[in-house]
Amino acid sequence: MLRKYGQVLALLALGVAELVTLVSAFLCLLGTFGLGMVFLLPPQVRMVRWVTGTARRLAGGAADMVIEPPYLPEPPPPQPQADGLYRSHRTLYKTPRLPAWNDRWKWMVTDPATWRDMLWLLLDPVVKAALLPLLVLLPGRGLRLYAAWCELLLAATPASRMAGRLARLNRARNLAVDTQAVEMRRIERDLHDGTQARLVALGMTIGAAEQLMDSDLAAARTLMAKAKEASAETLTELRRLIRGVHPPVLAERGLGDAVRALAMDSPLRVSVEVDLPHRPEAPVEAAAYFAVSELLANAARHGGAESVRIDISGDGPNLRVLVVDDGWGGADPSKGSGLNGIERRLAAFDGVVAIDSPPGGPTTVALELPRVLPEYWAGDIVKLPRWKTATVVFLWSTSWLPLFPQGIVAGAAKALGSQERSWFLALYLPQPWQWPCVAFMILLGTVMYVVAATLPALHNREAYMCQNVPRHVLFP
Amino acid sequence: MNRVLIAEDLYLLREGLVHLLQAHGFEVVAAVESGPELLRGLLELRPDVSIVDVRLPPTFTDEGLQASLRARREVPGLPILVLSQHVEQLYARELLADGSGGIGYLLKDRVFNAEQFVDAVRRVAAGGTAMDPEVIAKLLAGNARNEPLAALTPREREVLEQMAEGRSNAAISQRLHLSESTVAKHTAGIFTKLGLAPSDDDNRRVLAVLAHLDSRQSS
Repeated sequence: MLRKYGQVLALLALGVAELVTLVSAFLCLLGTFGLGMVFLLPPQVRMVRWVTGTARRLAGGAADMVIEPPYLPEPPPPQPQADGLYRSHRTLYKTPRLPAWNDRWKWMVTDPATWRDMLWLLLDPVVKAALLPLLVLLPGRGLRLYAAWCELLLAATPASRMAGRLARLNRARNLAVDTQAVEMRRIERDLHDGTQARLVALGMTIGAAEQLMDSDLAAARTLMAKAKEASAETLTELRRLIRGVHPPVLAERGLGDAVRALAMDSPLRVSVEVDLPHRPEAPVEAAAYFAVSELLANAARHGGAESVRIDISGDGPNLRVLVVDDGWGGADPSKGSGLNGIERRLAAFDGVVAIDSPPGGPTTVALELPRVLPEYWAGDIVKLPRWKTATVVFLWSTSWLPLFPQGIVAGAAKALGSQERSWFLALYLPQPWQWPCVAFMILLGTVMYVVAATLPALHNREAYMCQNVPRHVLFP
Repeated sequence: MNRVLIAEDLYLLREGLVHLLQAHGFEVVAAVESGPELLRGLLELRPDVSIVDVRLPPTFTDEGLQASLRARREVPGLPILVLSQHVEQLYARELLADGSGGIGYLLKDRVFNAEQFVDAVRRVAAGGTAMDPEVIAKLLAGNARNEPLAALTPREREVLEQMAEGRSNAAISQRLHLSESTVAKHTAGIFTKLGLAPSDDDNRRVLAVLAHLDSRQSS
C-alpha cells in the first residue's frame, strides 16, 4: 500500500515536470515552425522523450507491465562518398555533422510517435487531475487505469514495430551485401596476386625450358623440375584459398563432419556434438561453420583454453550452436573484431550471438539462427487436433447428402413436377415448406463443404502466422 | 599383383593415370568415372589395387570415399588408394578405422612425382599403407602436447613421420640417408617410448603407430 502511494506521488511529481515541459515545448514548437528557429526542435523532442520515457517506466512499473517505446530507429550515421564528401540531398558537405543533424531532424519530425508524445503531454495533466480522487482512494485500480491511458498513446503501435523491423532487416541486408562484396574482393585479390601470378611464372619457366631443350638438356631439366615444384606450390595455395571460400569437407559432408574435421585440426582438445537430422541449406551451413571456426581460433589464440566443447543442435526450426571453452574468459565483443565478424555473418540470417565470458572463464558463446531449418524437420507439421480431424472427415463424408439428393435433385424433381417422392425429404413436407426446405438443404450442403475445406486451411494459417509474424504485431 | 582399377571423373587426369600405370607395368582393368560404377567394379573385378578420387559424380560429394569404405566392409583389406584435392584427418581416420591395411590416402599433387606415386601404389597393393605427409603432419601437430611424442628426439620424429606415411626401414634409410641398422635402432626407440609392442611386420607396425596417434588425440 505504501509503495502504491509512493508510485502515485512519483507520478504526481512527474506531472509538475510535465507542465514545465509542456510550456517550453510549446515555446520551442512556436519558435521552430513560427520563426524558423529549427535548432530548437531536437532539444525539445529530446526533453519530451525523456518525460514520456519516465512516464512509461513509472506507469508500467506500477501496473506490472512493460510499455515499449514506439520510436523509429535512429538514422544511421552518414557515409562518406568515394571523394570523402558527405551528401545530403543535393548538397555536399565536408564533415558529417550537418548531414547527420539533418537526418536526425527529419527522423524526429516524421516520426508519428513525436506527435503522439505531444498529444499525451497536452492531455496528461487533465487525465491526472480527473484520476486524482481514484488514485488517492484506490491507488491499485487508479494506477492500472493510468497505465492503460499511458499505453494508449505512449506504447509501440503495430506500425512502429513493423517500421523498426523493416529498418533492422534493411540494415541486415546491407551488411550481408557488404560482407559478401568484401569477401569477393578478397578472393579476387588472392587469385590475382597469388594464383594468377604463379601460373604466369610457371608458363614462363616452361617456355624457357622448351627453348633450352635443344641446346642445354641438363638446364632444361632443372627448369622443368622447378616448374613442377612451382605447380605444386600453386596447388597448395589454391587449396588454402578454397578452404577459405567454402571448405571441401563442408560441401562433401555437411556441417557436422566439417566441424569435426575442424576440431581435429585444432591444437585444442575439442569435443563435438551434433544433433541435426538432416543437412541445413548451404548458406546456413557455411555461416555456422565459419562462426565456429572463428570461435575455435579465438579460443586458441586469446582464450588460453585447453579444451573446447561444441554443441550443434536444431531446436524446432532454429539452429543452435554452443561453444564453451575453459580459457581465462574476459572476451569482449567490442574489442575483438572476430566476434563482430561473426555477428555480421549471422546478421543475414537474423542470427544472434550471446557471449558469457566472466574473467577467469569459462567462456560460453551461443549462436542462434532462427527459422533457418525447414519446418518438417521438427516433425510438427501443424497437426489438427483430433476433434477437428473428426469434424473434417465427417463433413467430407456426409455433405454430399443434403447438397445433391436432398437439395439439387429434389429441387429438380419438384420443378419437373415428378410424382415420385422417393426419399426426397422436401417432397413429403406440406406444399409451402417444400421450396424453402430444398433451398435450406442446398445451403446446408454448401456450408458443410466450405467448412470442411477451410477448417484445416484456417488452422494452418493460424499456426503459420504465429510462427512467422512477431507475436506482438499479431496481438498488439 | 598388378590389376588396377581407376576411378576419376576428370578425363585428362584419368587418362594420365592410365598411361602412367601402364608405363609402369600395371594392367588397367577398368577406368570408371562415377560412384556406382566404382562400387560395382570394386566388388565384381576385385582389382589388386584401386585408385579412387574422393569426389565423384553423381553427387560430387564424397562418393568415391563412401564406395571405397563400403567395398572394404564387404571385402576386408581390399587395397584402395584414395586420391583427393585436399586431405582431411577425418577421412584418413575413417579409412584407417578397420585396421586392416592395404589403404592409401594421398593428395592428387603426389602424382607429379611418378616414381614415388607408383611406389605408393605398389605398397598399397601389397597390403601396406601410404599416407600423405600432410595428414601425418596434421596428426603429429594434433599430438603436440602428447607426452611420449614430446620425448622423441628430432631424428626419431623424422623417422616416425616417414614410418607413419607407410615406408619400410629400407625406404626410410634411403630417404633420410641413414644406414638401415640406424633406422632399425630409431624405430625400436620410438616403439619403446610410445609403449607399443615391437613388430617386424612393416604394415602392422605402421597401423600401430597410426592407431596410437589417432587414439591419443581423440581421447
